[in-house]
Amino acid sequence: MTDTTIASDPVTLPDYISVENEYLRKRSRLEKSLGLEWYRLLKGIVTNPLSVAGIIILSAFILTAIFAPFLAPPPTAIWDTTLIPRDGFGEEPSPPGTTWERNVPETVPGWYKLITGRDEWVHLMGTTSGQYDIWYGIVWGSRTALIIGAVVVTAAAIIGITIGALAGFYGGWLDEVLMRVVEIFIAFPFLVGALILASILVPRLGRSIWPASIALIVFGWTTYARLLRGDILATKEREYVTAARAAGAKDIHLILKHILPNAIYPTLVVLSLDMGAIVLAFAALSFLGIGVQVGYADWGQIVSHARNWILALDTYWYIIVYPGAALLLYSLGWNLVGDALRDIMDPKMRKR
Amino acid sequence: MTAFIIRRLLILPIIMVGVSLVIFTMLQVLGPVERSALYVRDIPKTEQQIQNVINRYGLDDPLLTQYFYWLVGREDPVTGETVGGVLRGDLGYSRTGREPVIDVLKRKLPVTIELALWSIVPIIGIGIWLGVQAALHHNKLIDQVTRVLAILGWSFPTFVFGLLMLLIFYAQLDWFQPGRLSTEFSLLVQRPEEFSRYTGMNSLDALLNLRLDIFIDSVRHLVLPVVTLSYLSWALLLKVTRSSMLEALRQDYVTTARSKGLGERVVINRHVLKNALIPVTTLAGTTVASLLNGVVITETIFNIPGLGKAAADAAISLDVLTMLGYALFTAALFVLVNLVVDVMYGFLDPRVRLE
Repeated sequence: MTDTTIASDPVTLPDYISVENEYLRKRSRLEKSLGLEWYRLLKGIVTNPLSVAGIIILSAFILTAIFAPFLAPPPTAIWDTTLIPRDGFGEEPSPPGTTWERNVPETVPGWYKLITGRDEWVHLMGTTSGQYDIWYGIVWGSRTALIIGAVVVTAAAIIGITIGALAGFYGGWLDEVLMRVVEIFIAFPFLVGALILASILVPRLGRSIWPASIALIVFGWTTYARLLRGDILATKEREYVTAARAAGAKDIHLILKHILPNAIYPTLVVLSLDMGAIVLAFAALSFLGIGVQVGYADWGQIVSHARNWILALDTYWYIIVYPGAALLLYSLGWNLVGDALRDIMDPKMRKR
Repeated sequence: MTAFIIRRLLILPIIMVGVSLVIFTMLQVLGPVERSALYVRDIPKTEQQIQNVINRYGLDDPLLTQYFYWLVGREDPVTGETVGGVLRGDLGYSRTGREPVIDVLKRKLPVTIELALWSIVPIIGIGIWLGVQAALHHNKLIDQVTRVLAILGWSFPTFVFGLLMLLIFYAQLDWFQPGRLSTEFSLLVQRPEEFSRYTGMNSLDALLNLRLDIFIDSVRHLVLPVVTLSYLSWALLLKVTRSSMLEALRQDYVTTARSKGLGERVVINRHVLKNALIPVTTLAGTTVASLLNGVVITETIFNIPGLGKAAADAAISLDVLTMLGYALFTAALFVLVNLVVDVMYGFLDPRVRLE
């Protein structure tokens, strides 16, 4: 990656001092302000076509979430945005293009008239059983997906990073105890553990995003703890840490200023991959009927309506295909970005 | 190596106690009255009846006492019989299965094992074989295709994938049906005089009964669930096998082997594959976990009455004891598999053995 800059250097240095070369070469202003590692990350992401595709997909979802009131305007002035508006209560799903009859959204946006050439709302992507509009579910569901991903991954990361940092930095009996705790939680297959905890939490917390989110946090932090501990073990022996320690730096300062910033990158990669994976797990729980109530603007919840129509899927394909495509694209976006990040971070790939 | 195995064996009981503590803690989320409901089959009519159940199982005792009773059982203060006790195999009564949890687990286990065993064929066949091919033809067409396949497979939600399979191959083409057997056969296998059930696995029993028609029918019903259950695992295996192979191909001993004049086939089989597949074995644990996760969804979609569907049904109707039984079972299985993998890894890789 740095080959071109090295080649432009007037002095040709032998291979064995290429590490120093990294510091000798000219740096752009951006690189100076970001620091070497972050600059490398950013450059790697924007030059890799796969991760660019991922970023485009994710931007589309973020824009959908931001402009949701414009894409699917609130049907009434007072409306709980997490609930999908429904057109009556009929059991049988209606196909895309069916005219919206009851609870029709008041405003018809300009883009809608332009594309469909109609003045009244139709169900763009059909409805599920119970007449929940799928288009509304997908548009507002992008908010749910982004919120779930951010909340669960942030909470799990805080727990995992704290425990991993403590175990890696202090070692000894603390490390033993914490790692046994991690092993205990890893003993539960992720989805099985989350399924059980979420269903027990439902009677306590009521049907909302919280039972499933808490369950995913409780069984999700272990990856980060394990990964970070390993990287901290490698980092804490470096000279600059010893130097800082000799200069009298406190433990907390050592961890936060010197060790974490240098050991965190592999964890960041997994975090980005998990932003997609967590949403899939949450959707799987909703699909099984655990967590959010029927009619919640969540992609998995929409697909769960298909469970009643397994024998007639060719008629009601739209219940699966549209929300399924949203889930696939969303997780694909994060995986593309995460994969590119992993390639950039992998020390084996660096010098190639 | 011996020290390593002994250490792992010593940790095992600690992990299992921890697992039981986690399960017990999850149970504590429910209050004593709610938990008393888990132990009765009939709806209690009076407050006193509820109180009796609470007393019988000691549900309002201090936590540690409760944990102890929950593990080893407890003598009923009135009748003197021992009740409860996970270690005695008493996991409680399954409300959804209408029989003791342990019986539900025993009866449904073969169904899930059958599904899992069949899934290993494509996992190894497609996952490892494609991974090896991709590495051998680095940056060629097959490599690019497998990379795309792996990343797509990794992003596909299992339940959407399974439903799409049904949509295409059942609803549209009608090649494969959900369920375990066609109607005529599923009635036949229930009659002990015509069909003896040795293992509870339809495909294996059919072979043992020399009924090729039933065997073919059961395999036909297994195709879609097996594909759904395994694609996630082979996506991962493919990725790991590929990179591990690429790594091994770059090693000096491969160059040495080639310069000795060995044929390419011998170099690959004797030198590259042998070393490249060692890291792949560590994925056995992950694969088992993803199968245990996957059966919950796969069995629900394809209407297969195995452990996974039992757990999903139990979760929806809050049949806590069945769920916890499944959790205990999966956790114990998973811990054992990981132990075996660790020990095997030590035997396969001399570098680990020496440490």
